[in-house]
Amino acid sequence: MSFVLNTPDDVRVMLETIGVSSIDQLFLDIPVDMRLEKISGMQGSLTESQVFRHLDELASKNNEPPSFVGAGAYNHYIPAAVDHLASRSEFYTAYTPYQAEVSQGTLTAIFEFQTMICRLTGMDIANASMYDGATSLAEAVLMSSRTSRKNKIVVSETVHPHYRQVLNTYAWANDLNIIEVPTSGGVSDLSGIKQAITDEVSAVVVQNPAFFGCIEDVKSYAEAAHQHGAHLIVVVTEAMSLGLLKPPGELGADIVCGEGQSFGNPIGFGGPMLGLLAAGKKFMRSMPGRLIGKTVDHDGKEAYTMTLQTREQHIRRDRATSNICTNEGLCALRAAIYLSLVGTSLQKLARLNHTAASYLMKRLTDEGYARVFDMPFFNEFVIRLDNARDIVRRMEQEGFLMGLTLEQYYPDLKDCVLMAVTECTTKTDIDNLVTTLKNTV
Amino acid sequence: MSAIPDDLRYTKTHEWVRTDENDMNAECGITDHAQEMLTDIVFVELPDVDMTVNAGDQVAVVESVKAVSDVYAPVSGRIVEVNTELEDSPENVNNDPYGNGWIFKIEIKNAGEIEELMDAISYNEHVESGE
Amino acid sequence: MSTIFDKSKEGKNRYSIPEWGGEYYDPIPETMCRENVPMPDVGEVDVVRHYNGLSRMNFGVDTGMYPLGSCTMKHNPKINDRVAALYGFTDQHPLAGDELSQGSLEIMYELSNMLCQVTGMSAFSLMPAAGAHGELASVMIIRKYFEKKGEKRNVILIPDSAHGTNPASVMMCGFTVREVPSTSEGDVDVEELKKMVDGDVAAMMLTSPSTLGLFDRNVHVIADILHKAGALFYCDGANLNAVVGRASVSRMGFDIMHVNLHKTFSTPHGGGGPGSGPIGVVAELEPFLPVPVVEQIEEGYVLRSDRPHSIGRIHSFYGNFLVMVRAYTYMRMLGAEGLREVADNAVLNANYLRVKLKQYYNLPVDRICMHEFVINDEGMPNHVTTNDIAKRLLDYGYHAPTVYFPLIIPGAMMIEPTETEDKTALDEFIEAMIAIKKEAEESPRLVLDAPQTTPVKRVDAVTAARKPVLQWEE
Repeated sequence: MSFVLNTPDDVRVMLETIGVSSIDQLFLDIPVDMRLEKISGMQGSLTESQVFRHLDELASKNNEPPSFVGAGAYNHYIPAAVDHLASRSEFYTAYTPYQAEVSQGTLTAIFEFQTMICRLTGMDIANASMYDGATSLAEAVLMSSRTSRKNKIVVSETVHPHYRQVLNTYAWANDLNIIEVPTSGGVSDLSGIKQAITDEVSAVVVQNPAFFGCIEDVKSYAEAAHQHGAHLIVVVTEAMSLGLLKPPGELGADIVCGEGQSFGNPIGFGGPMLGLLAAGKKFMRSMPGRLIGKTVDHDGKEAYTMTLQTREQHIRRDRATSNICTNEGLCALRAAIYLSLVGTSLQKLARLNHTAASYLMKRLTDEGYARVFDMPFFNEFVIRLDNARDIVRRMEQEGFLMGLTLEQYYPDLKDCVLMAVTECTTKTDIDNLVTTLKNTV
Repeated sequence: MSAIPDDLRYTKTHEWVRTDENDMNAECGITDHAQEMLTDIVFVELPDVDMTVNAGDQVAVVESVKAVSDVYAPVSGRIVEVNTELEDSPENVNNDPYGNGWIFKIEIKNAGEIEELMDAISYNEHVESGE
Repeated sequence: MSTIFDKSKEGKNRYSIPEWGGEYYDPIPETMCRENVPMPDVGEVDVVRHYNGLSRMNFGVDTGMYPLGSCTMKHNPKINDRVAALYGFTDQHPLAGDELSQGSLEIMYELSNMLCQVTGMSAFSLMPAAGAHGELASVMIIRKYFEKKGEKRNVILIPDSAHGTNPASVMMCGFTVREVPSTSEGDVDVEELKKMVDGDVAAMMLTSPSTLGLFDRNVHVIADILHKAGALFYCDGANLNAVVGRASVSRMGFDIMHVNLHKTFSTPHGGGGPGSGPIGVVAELEPFLPVPVVEQIEEGYVLRSDRPHSIGRIHSFYGNFLVMVRAYTYMRMLGAEGLREVADNAVLNANYLRVKLKQYYNLPVDRICMHEFVINDEGMPNHVTTNDIAKRLLDYGYHAPTVYFPLIIPGAMMIEPTETEDKTALDEFIEAMIAIKKEAEESPRLVLDAPQTTPVKRVDAVTAARKPVLQWEE
């Protein structure tokens, strides 16, 4: 299969025009010892139908049964109109909107996305997206450190383990000092965090809902951080929670970062994801990533454009707020379409997530399984099962991916499993899971 | 042809200086040539008042839509005043670079440094030579 | 261009949420809940018409030619999207476990292999979510390498012709940038380079082929200078489209590189992503790759994280998997021969345009180019600038070329046709460029006031920056 269009005649005429005898003559600048006659080791080419069959076979080797795993990637229903609209060529084959006059589609949609994220998080400014929740946390921390000129960061252990790993990588690269504070009862340890905050701390990082699904007392952390002149950064991995819970901005957060995949984007084996970054007005010139602003054109017509570009790498180079260039534009578009479709019903949808999760919790505790954290939670929670790893494996064979064992991340949480429920899980699904579990154990 | 007032002093990095009668304080900004090169200025990052600076230190930043330019202290001393009007009207630097487009005032530490700056003629040559 | 918020009307949203149909337990205290959700209040019809309308104000590769230098805006094969939409891929949870994810892991493993075969590198990581992310990961690997060696080196050399992400990535990893001047031909000034390489230099970053679309014939010499000083050599592979199947990146002397799946390997740009920026390394640097990596064992494929010298994790999961699926599909379809044909035609097309356009536009460096070349506005009459020409091209139904980059050529216009245009399309583009030149001479206002026929005219970027309005207000 080829997408090259030149006919042999085209090639002949073009070579003549250029004044060379063959295409080989165009590659003479490449020293002989670097040239390739061909790429060795690659398999032969395939036709479209052959490659489809091959990929179809590979897709069927992914054998995921009905799943109750969340932990930063959530299975929500994506309305058909999202796929339909986002697959319009003019959106997905478009370049970055540097030429505003031919990119009003992308620019308007991202402006809408920024608005929606501001409103859901309770912040003044949101950017056009980051790569994912983990890197948006890393960049949020860098932004805090850049503005405060301090390099100590206090991080609660209830932040997603992978996010903390990514943060540690970025912190090492930037000589930042990360102080991790262990959890307490499923949420952050307020006194432990208070002890760790000094005047040298740039930011305090908590996740809401926490990795275990529990709802945090964000306000108290905001107060603790502000007392020492530090920023409060709130991480959100399940964006659906923003439809129900109080916006972090209202509770004192200075920066909100996290994952927007739940809004209209498939899980896709973990990518592409949709990093969110939102903050108060004072961070405007320090914000990494693209910002779309409203303006007018030459005739006074309403128009949108990339703005404050002097923050970005293509102008500021080594003094840019970040190196980010390509982000997750199409995923942000999908989120905007999703949030337009679901709209004001988002709260009801979020509530349904929670209701389904609490029903599962009730059925499990009724059957005698231990609820590990006795706190309000959103759509994820932790349950204890004797020989959890074994049971989870056997449930897989019975046709259920029942949850994520936590021992690998939190050695104290032996035999604990993190389970997630979304609006895609019905009462019947839950009843079936519990019945199968009973029979398996 | 950019304007280069006779009564001011200039740096190689396109800042101008206006001293008061006693050579105690220096009012500073960027030259007409500099603002022309930058085009429409959208933001000025002002220095902190009371900051001590040495000649040649980067003290402020001027941003246009397509470029960012550092502004350097022409002389050593202490920043005593900054032009907060530029927060709402950065275009003053374009429209009146030597007047209400001034950026900061320094209490001069060493009057000798003023003499080392270029006069209008030398600065004109500097601009013509293409930096 | 009104927004979806402008179309809201209270009570229009009828999006149906299933009824729970059971009892309610354990409600969240109301004090923890928000009062309302200020999202648009519209129906599906409104959403469809709105975004449909927005799309029609956009220009994409499917609309017309995008001669954007260094972006490789080639055709995005539609089969890529069909396979990326298969449920086995879209609905797979990243934490489902190796056994249940063999399809995904096989794709990742084989894609890495193919990238090794194409570039000559020993190992690839697919984790970076974009080219800049790959650059940053590479700089992190460079830092880790010297840490392990016990050497403290603080400087990374970058040519003045480099893309902005290069110095920005260096800055994000605690190094300082030292700029290396270029010759008038856009090659690295080797004599100047020799003076700059000392024991404090950790690495040099070089785009190869260069950002002027030329192959730096001294690349071997540069590699030697760096390696003799114990430094590493990084390749910004954004321009790989010029040399796939024609040259081996590893034999150029590079130790580490990134590629862009959304450039060379046909995955769509999406209006700003998602992309994917895999990084390739020589064997010595393999232990430093980010984790987890995909390995092949007897039973199939597994993810491995127990790698003590790794820079660590740089993405919440494994990178942009659905983008990888597309690139994998593309590479399997083209095969070795198809990929070589890509470079051949990309370079042929660019040289054809260069030879034709140099009769009308100033060509600062006149020699055989690779997949792109640079012209500029020197000598244009009536104060017509590169920006004006770019805007007038929009009226002719083309996207503008890359403008004002690289910085070393004032008023640069970088043109990259890619291999998915034929001679007829190129001739039409040439006609348009000739027409614009003529307009610049005879009726300059047409160019100076362009664009005239696009959904909006030139925008007021100054007010947008002076008084930023970054979200919709009533």
